[in-house]
Amino acid sequence: MGAGHAHRLYRHGHSPVHALPPHTKLAAAFAFVVVVVSTPREAVWAFGLYAVLLATVAAVARVPAGFLLKRLLIEIPFVAFAVLMPFVAQGERVEVLGMSLSVNGLWGAWNVLAKGTLGVAASVLLASTTELRELLLGLQRLKLPPLLVQIASFMIRYGDVITDEMRRMRIARESRGFEARGVRHWGVLAKSAGALFIRSYERGERVHLAMVSRGYAGSMPVIDEVTASGAQWSYALALPVTALVVCLLGWTL
Amino acid sequence: MHVPDGFINAPTSAVAGVVAAGAVAVSLRGARRELDERTAPLAGLVAAFIFAVQMLNFPVAAGTSGHLLGGALAAILVGPCTGVLCVSVVLLMQGILFADGGLTALGVNITDMAIVTTVVSYAVFRGLLKVLPRRRRSVTVASFVAALVSVPAAAVAFTLIYWIGGTTDVAIGKVATAMIGVHVLIGIGEAVITALTVGAVIAVRPDLVHGARGMEQRLKLRVNGELVDAPAAAPAPVAAPAARSHRKVWITGLVASLVLAGFVSFYASASPDGLEKVAADKGIDQKEKEHAAAGSPLAGYGVKDITDARLSGGLAGVIGVGVTVVAGSAVFWAVRRRRTDDVSPADTSSATSV
Repeated sequence: MGAGHAHRLYRHGHSPVHALPPHTKLAAAFAFVVVVVSTPREAVWAFGLYAVLLATVAAVARVPAGFLLKRLLIEIPFVAFAVLMPFVAQGERVEVLGMSLSVNGLWGAWNVLAKGTLGVAASVLLASTTELRELLLGLQRLKLPPLLVQIASFMIRYGDVITDEMRRMRIARESRGFEARGVRHWGVLAKSAGALFIRSYERGERVHLAMVSRGYAGSMPVIDEVTASGAQWSYALALPVTALVVCLLGWTL
Repeated sequence: MHVPDGFINAPTSAVAGVVAAGAVAVSLRGARRELDERTAPLAGLVAAFIFAVQMLNFPVAAGTSGHLLGGALAAILVGPCTGVLCVSVVLLMQGILFADGGLTALGVNITDMAIVTTVVSYAVFRGLLKVLPRRRRSVTVASFVAALVSVPAAAVAFTLIYWIGGTTDVAIGKVATAMIGVHVLIGIGEAVITALTVGAVIAVRPDLVHGARGMEQRLKLRVNGELVDAPAAAPAPVAAPAARSHRKVWITGLVASLVLAGFVSFYASASPDGLEKVAADKGIDQKEKEHAAAGSPLAGYGVKDITDARLSGGLAGVIGVGVTVVAGSAVFWAVRRRRTDDVSPADTSSATSV
């Protein structure tokens, strides 16, 4: 929390994408992913066009390609799974470089890789152009239950605090010469986890008391109501609508 | 494992989303009962705890390490409804912020990792507590078994969703074998860590463990050298005795059927060793395929197909039992909720804050 409440996932900027109201961006990202997922996998060119669309958004938002690509690394475990698919899927088989691969499996792997990557890229763009607080406001605007949004906002607000607490406990363990090497040391780590739970829960109780003493009665006051004009909506929805056109073309061609 | 976009087809994802939304709505109501007006800060902090503890690495051997999934732990420490909420919020935030798990697959992820793990582990936990002697030790034992069952249950749920709406036609038997085989191993780790963590919390603040409520040692006073029970400070919460006895029978039966049917059909079809062996065979085959010319693995496939057919027969039983147990427990919870709603007066807090 020392770094001014800005999260490392967020890239500060003043681009048109940054300026859009958060709920329009959330809706656009979600609609875009839905369109991508419902595109037939045989329309390979459509996914290329989607990638171009996302690249355009990234360029408008001035998010550098390196940043985006680095954040895409999160899907590596999944890529490994997709690579396995052609080997284990059933059906017709083809010979590629002396290996017998399933045609269906190859299509499946392509399907998951393409759609998964586009989905991750869309979320990364959303998170890097929208502040955390704004995201939560946007979720509230999109009629998520207020209690759920409150829980999410507490999780975000105290996530770093609790992670830091865990880090301090690790430093304390290590400064006493402890090094977790195997299953035998799980007891120590689990005790740390238990202590962390107690500290988190007690912090929650203190936070609640502090809130009550400031007049909390079950719901948070909304101070900065976000609204979006028609122009902003149409601007944000340009991405999923274009994607929808591509998708329809993919179904008909 | 977080499911990405495009892995499950759109209609199935939509249905899973509706299921997840319904369950979260029910949990929101239930969490108010478990935590009253403290829900928001406490559930938020517990969600932050789950989020943090998922980053705590437990070294297994030779450089590999695992981490906690947290569904069972959340259910036991703060109760099932709050547990579902906390894990769902963690998944939601991971999906939106960290791009971990697809946005359209959110419903699948929440159904699989938040709802199934929490509900199954809590049902098993409660059932075991009814059977075991009322001691703190049994809480630890019950949480071990609950976490052990919850992870393969999530794998079964995933296999089921994949079977309905998977986008690739990998044989369902193979998916089930791989998923359940791997997740039984993960479940063992999860079980050990969960039990140790619950034990650590119980040793310090037993009052914080939701699953151990009513297990507190009665305060003893030494009066004239004799131990006597201290008078209860506050009247114990009155539970409807009729409902309780029904509940006992219900949960015990449910858990017995789950444990027996699941494990017995495992053993009937193929021992866990067999499962592991199949997985190993498959891995070895893949390596061979990369080196040697193709064609010869087909022979291996023929043999493997037989084992897979047998396995998938047995696993169909497990999946069937899983469906029954989930459906049965859903009905059970619904009935129970209605009954408690009838008994308890309408609470004003939920009426004002809805």
